[in-house]
Amino acid sequence: MNPRLTRNELLRRGAAGGALLAFPSILAACGGGDDGGSTAGGELKTVLNFANWPYYIDTEKPTTLQDFTTQSNIKVNYFEEINDNAEYFAKVQGPLSQGDGIDRDIFVFTDNSRFPGILVNEGWVQKLDTSLIPNMENLVDAQASPPFDPNREYSLPWQSGMTGIAWNEELTGPVESIEQLFEDPKLKGKVSMLQELADSVGLVMLANGDDPTTVTDDSFNAAVDRVQAAVDSGQVVRFTGNDFAQPLTRGTFAASVAWSGDVVQLLADNPKLKWAIPTDGGMIWTDNMLIPTGGSVPTASTYMNYVYDPVIAARLAAAIAYVTPVKGAKEELAKTNPEMAANPLIFPDEETLAQVKQFDDAALENDEYITLWQGVLGQ
Amino acid sequence: MGAFFHRHPRLTPYLLLAPGLAWLALFFLVPLAFLAYQSLQSGVFPNFEFTWEFSNFTEVLTDYREQFLRSFLYAAIATVISLLLAYPLVYWIAFRSGPWRNLFLLAIIAPFFVTYLIRTLAWLNILADEGPVVGFLQTIHVLGEGEGLLFTSVAVVGGITYNFFPFMALPLYVSLEQIDPRLLEAAKDLYASPRQAFMRVTLPLSAPGIVAGTLLTFIPAAGDFINAELLGTPKQQMIGNVIQAKFLESLDYPSAASLSFVLMAFILVGLLLYAKLVGSEKLTG
Repeated sequence: MNPRLTRNELLRRGAAGGALLAFPSILAACGGGDDGGSTAGGELKTVLNFANWPYYIDTEKPTTLQDFTTQSNIKVNYFEEINDNAEYFAKVQGPLSQGDGIDRDIFVFTDNSRFPGILVNEGWVQKLDTSLIPNMENLVDAQASPPFDPNREYSLPWQSGMTGIAWNEELTGPVESIEQLFEDPKLKGKVSMLQELADSVGLVMLANGDDPTTVTDDSFNAAVDRVQAAVDSGQVVRFTGNDFAQPLTRGTFAASVAWSGDVVQLLADNPKLKWAIPTDGGMIWTDNMLIPTGGSVPTASTYMNYVYDPVIAARLAAAIAYVTPVKGAKEELAKTNPEMAANPLIFPDEETLAQVKQFDDAALENDEYITLWQGVLGQ
Repeated sequence: MGAFFHRHPRLTPYLLLAPGLAWLALFFLVPLAFLAYQSLQSGVFPNFEFTWEFSNFTEVLTDYREQFLRSFLYAAIATVISLLLAYPLVYWIAFRSGPWRNLFLLAIIAPFFVTYLIRTLAWLNILADEGPVVGFLQTIHVLGEGEGLLFTSVAVVGGITYNFFPFMALPLYVSLEQIDPRLLEAAKDLYASPRQAFMRVTLPLSAPGIVAGTLLTFIPAAGDFINAELLGTPKQQMIGNVIQAKFLESLDYPSAASLSFVLMAFILVGLLLYAKLVGSEKLTG
């Protein structure tokens, strides 16, 4: 026998065998759960794996998660693993595209990104079991019919929030316009913006006097050019997700384009932080809970029902200071914390809502816009 | 089993090689083939099609020329600075540190006990405007009032140099430490000045360490993205950042894959030129 031939054959067979395992499925195999039986989304489980963003849950004990466990006997593994819609989507799309689960029962995507739409269209998320969510009737009317899920079959809002400007009072006075953010020489080299296209471009469009709810090539280009100029001049130094929080607190940044509730939560320990809707207007968006392929629908639906109880929604809203999508939460909160219930960042009044706009849905999927925006990020 | 090897002695080496080869095939060749396949696709996520899209390669080369050049420039500067810093240091450790030698070596590796990300984040504090480095440089008027280091090219190159320094220092140490001191004595006996002894004995004998160190520093540095991400601005983004963003942000897998191939090709060509320049026997020591 010729050993060389044997070796070649071995190699060939090895390569052929390996090639059968397409790359994403290898990744999926690594992430596969050992909890078994999670394929059909069928039965109720005793553990809920919940992936969410940082600064998005109450932490004072007993927490709403702990109370949920007491009430339902479902333990919650809470993962603060989402810092950026695109980045998280990229992490999970491999297994999902192969029809595999990701060991999560609920994950949260923002409606000002293209991802809720992709997830629903590709069939990578499962329908809610609405029979287990009687509290769904508490969903605010404004959120009943989003374009990516017109009948709310796949998703329920977690919270809504606003995009505005935060600043560190130790380093600067109020920063209440994009013009000041981009041109005030005192802020030079100490400004960050959000990496999410809709947040940053939306704000700049408003400052340009354009309408971010109906984006045109001209208004988009004008906004992108203006951000680029601010990067070129050295005014804007970083584009972030939730990770603007630390440098802003420490004074590495003096002002940041930031999400409302994050700053309200940071305020507790850092009274020098301020946040405002810019004078030219701010952006509003909604984060949505979805059940990925492989997640347990009854378990996830049970939890969704729990957070749509106005009492629980009020506790969450008071702790995280984002806009709750649950009717009756304001009345509940007024009983225990009237000051919070009057906070327009949590329960925006007409005046506040008139100042904020939702980013154009169609523009989110425009490939050219995405490329242009990545160009501003230097990528 | 033993009997089997006795009967087929010529098979033994291949059987011993098999696990390594299987490892390479599964975790290098297969992903590489998949990457090649992806680099020739076209379309928009999630609907990519394989269309022999060779234009992906020309497009990424023109679109990201700046980031490619910047990556190689930053990596080259970091490599040269590492070499200049590491050589005297490990020379001293190898020849002069006496009983403390292992302690100093440990000190070089010590930062590796902390994760890469945290080490780089620490530079945010070290280089902060109100930090010690900027304060000192302002006092000696290297930096003017209100000038800083954070979010500049200096910060990014500094971060890369710091993070890859041990990859330069350790191979250098190994080659210096192996030099037989009697060779230097012999040079002295033959009336070589210390300078001549260094140039004609120590330096040539440490050349394999220099070559190994420069390669181990330059190659990963050219593909690095953490330092530019954390210490730089959009104007300091390197090719690693572009690849990262293409994969994770814009979900443009074909471009990301072709960028990875172009980077690999540049590094391979560079490696060949380098091997030709210094002589390939130095690459293997």
